[in-house]
Amino acid sequence: MEHSPMIIAQGLTRAFNSMIAVDHLTFSVAEGEIFGLLGPNGAGKTTTIRMLCCLISKTGGEATVAGFPIAGDAHTLAIRQLIGLVSDNVGLYEELSAYDNLDFFGKLYDCTAKQRREGIERFLKMLDLWDKRDVPVGDFSKGMKQKVAIARALIHDPRLLFMDEPTANLDPESAKVVRDFILELKRQGKTIFLNTHNLDEARRLCDRIGIMKTRLLAINTPEQLTAAVWGRRTLIELDTVTDGIRESLEALGPRHLEVDGNRLQVEVTDPLKENPDLVQAIIAAGGRVQYVEKLEPALEETYLRIVREQA
Amino acid sequence: MRLAKAWTVTAKDFKTFTKRRTIVYYLIWFELIVSIAMPLIVRFAERRSKDPAVVLPRVISAFSLWFFIGAAVLPVSIASYSLVGEKVQKSLEPLLAAPVSDDDILVGKGLAALLPTLVATYCGTVVLMILIDLFSVGRLGYRNYPNWTIGVILLLLVPLAALFSVGFNVLISARTNDVRSAQQLGSLPIIPLAGLYVLTEIGVITLSVTNLLVVAAVLAAADVVTIAAALRAFRRDAILTSWR
Repeated sequence: MEHSPMIIAQGLTRAFNSMIAVDHLTFSVAEGEIFGLLGPNGAGKTTTIRMLCCLISKTGGEATVAGFPIAGDAHTLAIRQLIGLVSDNVGLYEELSAYDNLDFFGKLYDCTAKQRREGIERFLKMLDLWDKRDVPVGDFSKGMKQKVAIARALIHDPRLLFMDEPTANLDPESAKVVRDFILELKRQGKTIFLNTHNLDEARRLCDRIGIMKTRLLAINTPEQLTAAVWGRRTLIELDTVTDGIRESLEALGPRHLEVDGNRLQVEVTDPLKENPDLVQAIIAAGGRVQYVEKLEPALEETYLRIVREQA
Repeated sequence: MRLAKAWTVTAKDFKTFTKRRTIVYYLIWFELIVSIAMPLIVRFAERRSKDPAVVLPRVISAFSLWFFIGAAVLPVSIASYSLVGEKVQKSLEPLLAAPVSDDDILVGKGLAALLPTLVATYCGTVVLMILIDLFSVGRLGYRNYPNWTIGVILLLLVPLAALFSVGFNVLISARTNDVRSAQQLGSLPIIPLAGLYVLTEIGVITLSVTNLLVVAAVLAAADVVTIAAALRAFRRDAILTSWR
């Protein structure tokens, strides 16, 4: 799936006086992609989103969003017309109803009365809030408010959606609704830039992940990030691991081999080619194979290792 | 600056104010008290004074200043809810992310504070003028209103004072995080205006048209400085990085 980049950042930098919040960020996000930015608190994720949304200025580097540079009044207005932002705080007008909140933003985005009416109905129905459209959002639960905030960011049908911690502080059920909704948006072809602390969420939603701590430490698909850090490994469970089995595996070539009770962890380069050889060697050495599986370290372990190593 | 966008912001603020009854009551009660209590004092003075032809014009003239003071007081409540309220609700970021310029937002918010103030002030003044004329015409032998003094106050001083108050409140909003503090600090411009009222009451200053035009010129200069500072303070980069 090759698309033109929706976001291109080249050495994007933001300093606050002497403190560098974002340091020479270089990456691109393709159209239709869900890109996740991970990092500890204070890593510069929100600052990055704010620069790309033209909310704050950059102090160095270049970036384009939907082909427009993120500097200059005319360009920034054009960018803001094309994007939607779900900020880390819902930031709704609590006295106004869900309908009025969305209608106000629809007007700011130059939607016609018909577009606003249809858009509001569509999104509130999709997010199961249509029956509560006239209730002041101050009376809503956190999850309901977050849904309204998402609908607000989509009311003008943006090509690119920035989401800053969209499921933070939500209960598991509301978080799942939001995640499913994000996947539905991807199916509709929207490009999504997602800041999150939730590594499981990032693994499930994102096509690619960037890990940052002021600088960009790593960027790749979740699977390739894990493979790059841990290598590919096969887990083989036997009834018992003998010295003979170990020796026969070592005879296949130099490789990382770990024994943990009756389980073997073997590093492989090409699992489809090497796994049958491993099993054959074990059987030839008198071993009895119970399970063979691909070992996938959690993204959390990968993330922690990358962040700690770079620190 | 695009007026249609600014007006969208103003209309949203009006809608919010109608849900916040305290703002509506504040506007109504202030004007009711001033426009009814002042004529009642005139009525009292007219009956008790031995020399009403001297006392009444001075009292009536000084009362006119209350609308000038009111024009500085009323936007405080509205502007503080409008700006600090957005900060408290954290709704500024989504608003700033929309395709509106900083000036669109600032003008929209300024209009939301100015228009109700001017409408309430002018309505209150009409009531005051009718009642004072009603109570004083018998003793004075002439109708006090309309006159040039109230004309200058309403057409020049009231809008200039309201504008100053709005600009001052934008600056205050950059430094405060709760509505009450913003209202307290935003009320500071009332002090010099109250001083002017006292000086008028004790006869140090007369409210001649010339004197009022001098006050208007000083206020206009203060407006230029305050609005320029407000425009500088209300920049999205500063709002998201420097505002407390």
